[in-house]
Formats: sequence, structure tokens, C-alpha cells
Amino acid sequence: MPVKKTKKYTLSVPGVTNNLATIRAFIRRIALKGGFTEDDTEEIELAVDEACTNAMKHAYRFNKEQSIDLEVALDSRKITIQISDRGLGFEADQIKPPDLKKSIMEGKPGGLGIHLMRSLMDEVRFRMNPGKKNTVTLIKYRSQYPS
Amino acid sequence: MNDFNVRVTEKDDISILYVEGFLDAHTVSAFESSILKLVKDKKYKIVVNMQKLEYISSAGLGVFMGFIEEIREQGGDIKLTNLSDKVFRVFELIGFPTLFDILPDEEEAITKFNAI
Repeated sequence: MPVKKTKKYTLSVPGVTNNLATIRAFIRRIALKGGFTEDDTEEIELAVDEACTNAMKHAYRFNKEQSIDLEVALDSRKITIQISDRGLGFEADQIKPPDLKKSIMEGKPGGLGIHLMRSLMDEVRFRMNPGKKNTVTLIKYRSQYPS
Repeated sequence: MNDFNVRVTEKDDISILYVEGFLDAHTVSAFESSILKLVKDKKYKIVVNMQKLEYISSAGLGVFMGFIEEIREQGGDIKLTNLSDKVFRVFELIGFPTLFDILPDEEEAITKFNAI
């Protein structure tokens, strides 16, 4: 189905992990409706899950009183997902690709989520304003254009 | 709601975990508890059959990373089998195939454990 102009969708959920399935279903519905392939849709779903998990775990420490806001914009070239929280934020630029061997030796896995986001999406941006608004922006361009 | 279920069976000294459904930050505690129980019971030969696993995020991958060193130090291993293409792709993106024994099926994993 051709998408001629930008369509926008929003979702706001409490920042706890039992909402991850709801978030994935929301993103999946939009991506498929927007003509993304099944493979691309699965990648978008996982990247959004990782961004939301990070916000729930690190920004809010699983505080259900706080919300996570998703804004999705869909146009003919791409899908843009903005995930915002009002939690602690982090220095995204300081996070390097995970050293798996070191993580295994120390029994402390970390940084996998951001690595996955960067691998799955075409663009990943972080804008941190701790306590006010931290936003992760995920962009994926279509591998197939709608006919 | 995306459910997750884990079932454990024993074949001699090998424990086989059948994981099913969606493994994310919400459901990961059930999986982590299963592995932790095996480690506490000193059962270090573990096969994870993922035939019915529909989804995994980094929360699930982190469990493998958190336990593998301790299990290998005790002479055991976690061998992963029956991965769908979708689940394998996530493992591949993280670089797991170089660090974990990923096999086509459960029987092959059991044969490898018994060959030691």
C-alpha cells in the first residue's frame, strides 16, 4: 500500500516490562501496515524492545509510576520511532560495542541492547536531558518500496 | 500478552531445557531461574532446545553470557539447538556463534556431550 504523506502514531505506557509485548504489537502493526517486509518488521520490533527495555531498566529502574512515550512517523521512505522517558539518562556516546569475551569472563553482560539497536536500524540517535526528556530515535529505511 | 514457558527434562547427566514463546526482559526471570537451579544442583551439561522459541531480546542473551563461564569452569557447557532463522539472526548479530556451541538438533548436542 503506497504511503504518500507522513502518518503519525503515538503510544504511552507505564515504564515496566509487562508492557513490552504491547509495545512490540503496536510497532509490528504499524510497520506491516506501512508495507515493511516481515524481516524488516521483526528487526524494528526488536530494536524498539531494546530501547524501551533500556528506558525501563536504567532510566526508571522499573518504576511503574513513570511512562514511556512512543511517537512513530511513517512515510514513503522510512519509519522513524522516537522513544522518550523522563528518567536518569546515560552517556550513549560512551557505550562501546560489547566485548563478548570480557563480558563472559566477568559474568556481566552489558551494552548488548544498544549494539543490537545499531545493528538492526539504519540510524540510531540519542538526545539526553536527564530528569526532563531523554529520547532515542530509531530510523529504518525501506528495503522494498511500496508499489 | 506474549507468554514464555520453560520445561526441563533429564537424559542421564544431561539437562534439556525446552524454551517456548517470547523471551524478553519481562519473561527472562523464569529462564534465569531454571538455569540457576541447574547450576545449584551441579548439573552443568545443559542443552537449550529453541525449536518453539519465537522471540529473543538481549535480556535472554544476557542469561547465557552470565552463566557460561561458571558452567564451563565446572567442565560443562550450554549447547543451543533447533534455532529458527529469526532467532539465529539475533545470536549472529551479537557474535554468539564464535563463543557458543550452536547445533542443528538436540541429538547432536547429546552426542557431543557423551563424546567428552
